[in-house]
Amino acid sequence: MIVARRPPRRLARTMRLGEERLGAARAIKWALRYVFPDHWTFLLGEIALYAFIVLVATGVFLTLYYVPSDTQVIYRGPYDLLRGEQMSEAFRSVLDLSFNVPAGLLVRQIHHWAADVFVAAIVLHLIRIFFTGAYRKPRDLNYFIGLTMLMLAILEGFAGYSLVDDLLSGMGLAIAYSVALSIPFVGAQLGYLIWGGQFPGSSDFFPRLEIIHVLVIPLALAVLITMHLAMIMRHRHTQFPGPGRRERNVVGTPLWPAYALRSIGLLLAVAAVLFLVGGLIQVNPIWQWGPYHGYLSENGAQPDWYIGWLIGALRLMPNWEPTIAGHTLIPNPFWGGVLFPTVVFAMMFAWPALERRVTGDYRRHDLLDRPRDRPVRTAIGAAFLSWVVIIFAVGSTDRIFVRLHIPYEEQVHFWRVGVWLLPIIVFFATRQTCRWLARTGSHPLRAWEGALIARRPDGGFEVLADSPEGPGSIESGPPIGTAPGQESEL
Amino acid sequence: MSALARRWLTRRARAPRALRATVALLMGTAALLILASPRSPQASGAATPPAATGSGGAAAPAQAPQPPGTGRSKFPEAPAPGERTVATPSSPTLLAEGRSLYEEGCSSCHGMDLKGRTRMAPSLVGVGAGPVDFYLSTGRMPLENPHAEPLRTTPLYSRARIQALVAFVSSFGGPPAPTTDPGAGDLALGLHDFTLDCAGCHQIVGRGGLTIGAIVPELQSATAQQVAEAVRMGPYVMPRFGPRQIDQHALDSIARYVLWTRAPSDRGGWGISNIGPIPEGMVAWFLALTALVIVARLIGERTN
Ligand code: HEC
Ligand code: HEC
Repeated sequence: MIVARRPPRRLARTMRLGEERLGAARAIKWALRYVFPDHWTFLLGEIALYAFIVLVATGVFLTLYYVPSDTQVIYRGPYDLLRGEQMSEAFRSVLDLSFNVPAGLLVRQIHHWAADVFVAAIVLHLIRIFFTGAYRKPRDLNYFIGLTMLMLAILEGFAGYSLVDDLLSGMGLAIAYSVALSIPFVGAQLGYLIWGGQFPGSSDFFPRLEIIHVLVIPLALAVLITMHLAMIMRHRHTQFPGPGRRERNVVGTPLWPAYALRSIGLLLAVAAVLFLVGGLIQVNPIWQWGPYHGYLSENGAQPDWYIGWLIGALRLMPNWEPTIAGHTLIPNPFWGGVLFPTVVFAMMFAWPALERRVTGDYRRHDLLDRPRDRPVRTAIGAAFLSWVVIIFAVGSTDRIFVRLHIPYEEQVHFWRVGVWLLPIIVFFATRQTCRWLARTGSHPLRAWEGALIARRPDGGFEVLADSPEGPGSIESGPPIGTAPGQESEL
Repeated sequence: MSALARRWLTRRARAPRALRATVALLMGTAALLILASPRSPQASGAATPPAATGSGGAAAPAQAPQPPGTGRSKFPEAPAPGERTVATPSSPTLLAEGRSLYEEGCSSCHGMDLKGRTRMAPSLVGVGAGPVDFYLSTGRMPLENPHAEPLRTTPLYSRARIQALVAFVSSFGGPPAPTTDPGAGDLALGLHDFTLDCAGCHQIVGRGGLTIGAIVPELQSATAQQVAEAVRMGPYVMPRFGPRQIDQHALDSIARYVLWTRAPSDRGGWGISNIGPIPEGMVAWFLALTALVIVARLIGERTN
């Protein structure tokens, strides 16, 4: 005998309480039934989201111990090598956090790794968005939010790195200052605005930087993330074309329970991996670098990876400074440190509109493209990516010199040409590969060799729907992903 | 592509013609001015590490490498009172062995009379024991190519033969070899002075790097003796530090610190070679993020 059990009293009462005051049941139901498409690349953005959560959690802990002060003090803590050394209170507070606070070093390292992974995951997510055309109308707005968040994330990382006032970050700030000064017309004022005086700045600088790092940018990011997610829900997810998947539907897993559990699993995995690297692999050992003083420098100082592309640009740029009557119009750091990132982001912001104009395709798109079905777009993206990656890699030419003994000057001269040539080669190679893949129907990773077929009752054969050859017979029907009227390669 | 280009070129202009003409004119003038302006003297020298590499600071390379054989021979100063030195070995048999080794292995570059040869190698008259021991015990001499930077390799000569060469070259004059007692040094002072005088070239944990026209070696294989000799003589583009800049106690401390960098305190776990952000970025991308992407790949498509 089956007895239909009524929900427990208390639960029912709570639910009614909520329903009577908020009327949220419909929204909750809608959200719980929200469908997520099935493709692993849709989780890349979630990795970034969860890294952000880890960042906030660990960051709150760190804030409790950080002292944003440039007052010079003498270190008397437990670390022998720095005892008696003069340093700023900011640096000492991070040393104390690392050595005196229980789990302080662990949390600091998790925070640092999480930052590195956060930006990396955003970049990977952006790559997926670009190559599948997910930025197209109506999602271009959300794509802009994403790009904005990437810029903020980079700034946020740099600000956090700089708070410590160790030798490395101090040298990084010195470079940032020279870059700020290099901006024509407003540079000096901008430098004054941020640093509150000549470098290394007034005593307001660290408190200012801390507020930016722990409040202003995180808040902006939180708001933007909320908008980002809300807008995804509003538009619904994109999805790859496939059987039963059309422009206006989403085939996949509902939020509750399946997707929520999967996503929570990912959250735990992100936290686990970050705790693991945070506990096992040393990051930014500031006690080895020592405190920053203006007269100190060390060889091969580098910023965190997400600033590395700017260092590469600074190195690659020839020593070129237009002057008029002996006055330097534009100091050299401007090109690599300001113009280059501006161009990169401007191109990414402009792309959706540019593509619409060139293809004349102003329609709404909810189905994703497979990269190979848009050979020209994919090739442009790959060329652009290789351009940025080369410039990024040039940032480590000195290490390549030390390790592999390839002369530094020759590397730089080589890449000054290579940085323009290689993307062109990448462009044509990618375009050819895409066309070849689209023609043969093979999968770049799975190396699909044939088509799944089934025998019909009448004895004939039929290509199965979920085979790469697509539904229907081999001769007829466009390849998957090429909806009618979509034949443009861009 | 060409169709795209054509469409782009023949599209209807939006901005008024006058505005476009003004912009073009302004840009043209600016370009002309920029091109006509005299280039700065080091216009082509940008391939030297810019400030961005961080090697342009107090302890940064002051001198460019001079071509060998230009008479440059940084004579070590005579040891100040209180300096630790090693007694230079000397005996007729040693001298004889040293002479024959010298004639065989060194005279082609440094000359039979040790006076050096133009465009080949500097004079060894008066260099003393320290440089000879340093160059031979680090395997830098005999050099293969007189125009390349001497780099550390396995020494060609045994300890006894090095002694013989030291004895022979020192017989032409020069101070005894400096030495240190790292045990008498102070680690904290060592870090402090190393940061001040050496880290600009050798990186703060002694991992080496790049300076103008030269590889700066990592210091993990240098012995305390070699540190003392290097500091006092200044091999290749490295400056020489006399006892007034670095006294004996500071030298002992620096040597102690250099030995410490072989196994620095990696309290945070695996030290990933202690050079900072480059390996860190690799860990972030190739270890942490890759692991997470694999997780995503595994849990991402369960319903198929
Ligand atoms: C201008 C940059 C510069 C500075 C400053 C400098 N060095 Fe050097 N150092 C070099 C270079 C270049 C070499 C390699 C010389 C050669 O190849 O013959 C070197 C070699 C050495 C070596 C030999 C390494 C080996 O394993 O063969 C030691 C030891 C050394 N330096 C110690 C020091 C110490 C200690 C200081 C600080 C007191 C210092 N150096 C400061 C550039 C520098
Ligand atoms: C291929 C030519 C060559 C040979 C062979 C050679 N040297 Fe050298 N040596 C040089 C050059 C070039 C320099 C200058 C390196 C520099 O610029 O630092 C030098 C420098 C030196 C110095 C340092 C001089 C100073 O600046 O204080 C010593 C000591 C020395 N050599 C010893 C020897 C000995 C001992 C041998 C034989 C075992 C030897 N060399 C063999 C080319 C040579």
